[in-house]
Amino acid sequence: MEPQALFDAVKAKFGDAALELQVTGFRPAFVVVAPASIADIARFLRDDPAMRFDSLMCLSGVDYKDRFAVACHLYSMRHRHAIGLKAYLPKENPLLPSMDAVWPAANFMERETYDLFGIVFEGSKDLRRILLPEDWEGHPLRKDYKYPDFYHGIKV
Amino acid sequence: MKPNVPVEALHTQEMLINMGPQHPSTHGVLRVILRTDGEVVVNARPDVGYLHRGLEKIGERVTYAQFMPFTDRLDYLAAMNCNCAWAWAVENLAGIEVPERAEYIRVIVCELNRISSHLIAFGSFTADMGAFTPFLYSIREREKVNDLFEAACGNRLTYNYARVGGVSADLPQGFLEKTKEFLDYFEPKIDEYNNLISYNKIFVHRLANVAAISADNAVAYGLTGPNLRGSGVSFDLRRDEPYSVYPKLEFDVCVGTGERGVLGDCFDRYMVRINEMRQSVRILRQAVAQIPEGPVLAKVPRVFKPAAGEVYFRSECPRGETGFYIISDGTGNPSRLKIRAGSFVTMNIFETVTRGLMIADIVAVIGSFDIILPEIDR
Amino acid sequence: MSREPAQGAVVPPPAPGSLGPEAHVMVGNADMFVNWSRKSSLWYLLFATACCGIELMQTGASRYDLDRFGAVFRASPRQSDLMIVAGTVTHKMAERLKRLYDQMPDPKFVISMGSCANTGGPFYKDSYCVVKGVDLLVPVDVYVPGCPPRPEALIDGILQLQKIIEKKRNFAKKV
Repeated sequence: MEPQALFDAVKAKFGDAALELQVTGFRPAFVVVAPASIADIARFLRDDPAMRFDSLMCLSGVDYKDRFAVACHLYSMRHRHAIGLKAYLPKENPLLPSMDAVWPAANFMERETYDLFGIVFEGSKDLRRILLPEDWEGHPLRKDYKYPDFYHGIKV
Repeated sequence: MKPNVPVEALHTQEMLINMGPQHPSTHGVLRVILRTDGEVVVNARPDVGYLHRGLEKIGERVTYAQFMPFTDRLDYLAAMNCNCAWAWAVENLAGIEVPERAEYIRVIVCELNRISSHLIAFGSFTADMGAFTPFLYSIREREKVNDLFEAACGNRLTYNYARVGGVSADLPQGFLEKTKEFLDYFEPKIDEYNNLISYNKIFVHRLANVAAISADNAVAYGLTGPNLRGSGVSFDLRRDEPYSVYPKLEFDVCVGTGERGVLGDCFDRYMVRINEMRQSVRILRQAVAQIPEGPVLAKVPRVFKPAAGEVYFRSECPRGETGFYIISDGTGNPSRLKIRAGSFVTMNIFETVTRGLMIADIVAVIGSFDIILPEIDR
Repeated sequence: MSREPAQGAVVPPPAPGSLGPEAHVMVGNADMFVNWSRKSSLWYLLFATACCGIELMQTGASRYDLDRFGAVFRASPRQSDLMIVAGTVTHKMAERLKRLYDQMPDPKFVISMGSCANTGGPFYKDSYCVVKGVDLLVPVDVYVPGCPPRPEALIDGILQLQKIIEKKRNFAKKV
């Protein structure tokens, strides 16, 4: 299915929540959506018979200098097509609904995004730090992260 | 003498056992927090992160070419595959055309590395199950592959062989003949392994019907590679989203068939890896016969600055799909580099699939998933 | 060199009280025997975190057999006297490494294998969660450089450790 047709189908169902389609320089193309409706759009993309995006390839957080984003890459085993789903988030208090009810594969990836960026996924069944120690301070993959000097007495 | 106390009045308690970061069977520094009722597991929660080295942050501070050695340390048992995956991703981002000889060389070393990675998976899995001999057999074969790689690039484990635009150096003289000798020597060994352990009654009994994953669950939980194919889903990136010279090579995609138990159990995942070694031998024979002459490195500018854009590229590594999501902002360093590793997403299903198993089965499940910790933790 | 007497030579009879030319006797101090037995059976703890762990396994396996030096791997720290720290040590793992070291009984030795365990390795400059050298946590006896070190290098490290153990004085009075 062509990205433009897909974007039109999402826009027809969700109206203003589908913001734009990023095509040039993006492989695969990205459908940019409003953060609050990302879980509903994800469920639609998974269940709609023409799309059937049953496989979440990758979910990652991004720090553009002025704002955050969560980028999902989806793939359909049935129709063998791929699309990206992106939601831009503000720098202070980045929040969006969790997608682990739609794709269980999202759980660990959301935990990792929370751990490294501080983006909170509401409604996630388990949102804890996964890669760094529980008492680590800060979120390392943010562009303005300063490396700590010591951790438990050992020089970082 | 019969006890006066009825069984129901006996006080029982769940045990909280730590299968700690240092453990012979956890394939690295994985910690599993087990809550068990006697021998039966109530909950097995994986705790990862003991090898988190911040590769993604390092990627933002080094250039595209300087990140190549770090991809070796990403999955060190399939280092050639990770090197080539990074090279393909960057070439996809920048639109670089790779010479054909370089692509054939990449496929040859990737498939050799797939064989040696599955050998370790086979050896350490059977060692976890209690049979130490197959481990020594598999290391004996793996040393031969290590010799080939040492001749090609100088290192036995962390190769740093691929470059953006090709490979760092051409294959040495005699490499292709030695590869053919190795393939002739190795192909009957797979039957030897099957005779030795694969259909052994105890081995089958420990693996059949343990942790069966249905095809729908496997796709929903994001399993890839041999784990996905073990559940009967016929999906292989080399055939379905082909890259490099794989369209010119003929091979079968091995899927689990439920031959000794339920479809998608540990035994199916194990047999998929054994059969994949056979298919890799087949691919290698074709690649060695078809490889053309020519240059091995395309002209890439010294100060490499790809155009701004975002690309997600995935390739088939022995442990699943290794995907690189690269965001370039036009400078020499990647702006964001996300590594999607097969083992990380496989650990997602661990807690669900181990409910109700026995403690010894946990070891079978970890081994059949063939996880490797640096991929999980990056 | 044969200890047989030359043909035609006259062998003197053994003097009274001596054991004769066929006796095999070793004379040494207690340190020599204790050190000899300690260095010849260094049982190492399987502490493999990363890539060097695979080289450690390959050194202990088919081609570069470590068993011929008396070194077998043990899974439990309570049964081992050598800890080969093979691989990167992160901050999350550091506390567990110290605990494993404390659980090993004396006399215990530590070999730091590979660049990551020596100084932090390729992650020295830019990583935020790698301990820059395992000697910040435990005392190290031998450093084996390499990324990863070849099995021959690791065997050389173990032989160097054996030389260190040979020279130890266990029974001398502290002056």
